[in-house]
Amino acid sequence: MENFTPVSSLIGGIILGLSASLLLLAGRIAGVSGILSNLIPPQSGDALWRILFIAGLIVGAAAYPLLGGDMSFLNMNPYQLSDNAHYLLLIIAGLLVGGGTYIGAGCTSGHGICGLGRLSLRSFTAVMIFMAVAVVTVFIMRSLVGG
Amino acid sequence: MFNFISLVAGLLFGFGLALSGMVSPGKVIGFLDLTGNWDPSLAFVMGGGVLVTVISFRFILKLSAPVFGRGFKLPTKQDLDKYLISGAVLFGLGWGLGGFCPGPALSSLAYGNMKVVVFVLSMIGGIIVAKLATGGFRKAA
Repeated sequence: MENFTPVSSLIGGIILGLSASLLLLAGRIAGVSGILSNLIPPQSGDALWRILFIAGLIVGAAAYPLLGGDMSFLNMNPYQLSDNAHYLLLIIAGLLVGGGTYIGAGCTSGHGICGLGRLSLRSFTAVMIFMAVAVVTVFIMRSLVGG
Repeated sequence: MFNFISLVAGLLFGFGLALSGMVSPGKVIGFLDLTGNWDPSLAFVMGGGVLVTVISFRFILKLSAPVFGRGFKLPTKQDLDKYLISGAVLFGLGWGLGGFCPGPALSSLAYGNMKVVVFVLSMIGGIIVAKLATGGFRKAA
């Protein structure tokens, strides 16, 4: 538990909740997978707010270390794979995350932060399933590659 | 105003993801690794987020119209269909393999890492494949 960061994680989570509340005050759900997938292809009249939200994500994440935030926790390769194996894993993972969140109509933000906030049974079900599958996946990966 | 609010919400969301540690696949895998060296931090991220939304959404959704906007656009489906279940299974598999979900992956483009770019392009590829497979492009058009 040496990496445990309850305070920054709790404050970060509260900021995510405030962001989702702000976007709902504009009538939209802060579900990142949906914001992205409805840009493929862009629909006229419905694209700009999506592009601005995603641009905001990138600039907001860039601002954190620029404002003095500690990024030493950043670990891109937790299974300690070789570069080639890690790229292959990320391609497979990306396809699954993109396809899965489109088919399942949401991810950690849309079903998680927003759907649980709306007390949606669909979102609660989705969160339980993707968390459980992810836990089992990590267990299997740890058994295969160690680390 | 609507578009400006979306930009501000995005800025907050990206900053929150960085501060919370969600942008680190190591932290995500550490949270999912219940039987290993478990790091419960991300439960505080989800807990903090839902603590806010479960209160604020009650009030916001009672409004007859959004404060900054063009009408509420909310999910309407109620049933637990095969798409919801199978999509969540595929997403959980990908999340456990890569340690990235969509928000942190897009946000991490800020850090100029080629691996993030490859993940994001694959994720967009996955959306396109899933839209082709389910007729999603016809629906959108």
